[in-house]
Amino acid sequence: MTSLPDTQPAKRLGLVIDLDTCVGCHACAVNCKEWNTGGHSAPLTDLDPYGADPRGVWFNRVHSFEAGEGERGRTVHFPRSCLHCDEPACVTVCPTGASYKRAEDGIVLVNPDTCIGCKLCSWACPYGAREYDEDEGVMKKCTLCIDRIYNETLPEAERVPACVSTCPAKARHFGDLADPASAVSRLVAERGGVDLMPELGYRPVNKYLPPRPRAGLAPAGDDRSPETTLSGFLGWVDRILSR
Amino acid sequence: MNPAPSVIVFTVGSGAGYGLLAALGVLAAFGLLPPGPGFAVASFGLALGLVTAGLASSALHLGHPERAWRAFSQWRSSWLSREAVLAAATYPPALLLAFLSASGGSGAALAALGVLTACLAAATVVCTGMIYRSLKPIHAWANRLTVPGYLIIGAATGLTLAFAVLAAFRAPAAWGAGAAALAALAGGFLHKRAYWRFLDTTSGPATPESATGLGGIGRVRLIDPPHTGRNFVMREMGFVVARKHAEVLRRIALGAGFVVPAWAVAVGLGLGGDAAPWLGAAGALSALFGALVERWLFFAEARHAAMLYYGAASA
Repeated sequence: MTSLPDTQPAKRLGLVIDLDTCVGCHACAVNCKEWNTGGHSAPLTDLDPYGADPRGVWFNRVHSFEAGEGERGRTVHFPRSCLHCDEPACVTVCPTGASYKRAEDGIVLVNPDTCIGCKLCSWACPYGAREYDEDEGVMKKCTLCIDRIYNETLPEAERVPACVSTCPAKARHFGDLADPASAVSRLVAERGGVDLMPELGYRPVNKYLPPRPRAGLAPAGDDRSPETTLSGFLGWVDRILSR
Repeated sequence: MNPAPSVIVFTVGSGAGYGLLAALGVLAAFGLLPPGPGFAVASFGLALGLVTAGLASSALHLGHPERAWRAFSQWRSSWLSREAVLAAATYPPALLLAFLSASGGSGAALAALGVLTACLAAATVVCTGMIYRSLKPIHAWANRLTVPGYLIIGAATGLTLAFAVLAAFRAPAAWGAGAAALAALAGGFLHKRAYWRFLDTTSGPATPESATGLGGIGRVRLIDPPHTGRNFVMREMGFVVARKHAEVLRRIALGAGFVVPAWAVAVGLGLGGDAAPWLGAAGALSALFGALVERWLFFAEARHAAMLYYGAASA
């Protein structure tokens, strides 16, 4: 059923991605591919993998952006996957009921047995999260590793999405964003986590933590220099420590 | 957006078919449908043939055409499903109307079937437009010009076809259809001009800054894509038409889609007689060709917000 659940899901499982600590190593994307090509939506087909035009299904892609100018400019590595939105238009546009949002945990999934491969859901997603499997003729997307997070044959510590378990920089966090006391919710509150493209109204569950202000740089718009606030020895100490 | 031929042929063909069907329904409602099997077979055959060919073409776009029947199930939420339901629902009254008209029927039953057929045909085209109108990541589509565009071009192509068929059967109603075609063609011309002005002067709400949440640092631009090849998202949403080509194609769409058919219909109305059906047919072919170019541009000029992650500066 592609109508959304009548009530807000009791849990809103999702990811919190720390853009301050992501080093852009692509390990999350690779481990996602590795796990999921044998997982719930297997296989993640690759076409022409060793040829001139290799292409295939990935659920996670790492982009690198430059933000700001001059000494405030930063290189920010930006992993992008399904945000498991509260208002997922990819679900409501589906004509067959193959796309659905689970009432119990808010995860957005595709049933490969009823998907007709019309690709309309991929058009409806502003985040580019859905990728069509040309070989199987059905749409595929991030499952939030439902085959790991509820998998009782795995040690409890490993019951997190593959991308989270593999991140060497601990830049990816998994949890229940409906619970204000959860570690991920507290992280979002402390670090000012943001929604991507909030103006489109999809209300993504996944949040991104913006890079922390760089030490030694006054925040934008603050043009006080240490010299004018402190002088003498304290001013010298302040300048040294502010470097 | 990638201009997939199957979807372009579908929306143009079914739009023209439903336009013609709606015109026939209105004529039936006013008791102006030429009686007899010849006209019924030619006109309803053409209309339902275009609709059916369009629907068949749309199935080619699917990864699993054999599962297309499942698309009738989600009419509560999905405009695509609503379109499928209404497209199917239009067949019975249209076929019944054709049958009654062919067997020389008239009166209230014919009029009621005419109204029903015209309403269902128009509603199906509204659903087609709403599929695009409801896609918020695509600024070129998610605006209030989209649905009127589908309706007016369906009406312009359908009415030009109606004029040609009515003129071929020397039906007096050809005058009305011709005049209505001229109005729809003029409306389509003005609508496309307004649409392209809208497209050239506005862009969507999303920006690279909002897409990444990094606007607090400053202007955002891509320095390294995730991969060197082109993935599904880039091929499906990243199609870009060169500006100079778009300009030429816009002129072709206006000329072939509206100016030439309007000229042909106007001259056909003036000359009447044997020339009118030929001029009508030429006008209809030109209108359909123009609509194909227009629909190709409708896709090719539309930019998708997901491309902000792949280096687009606006969407």
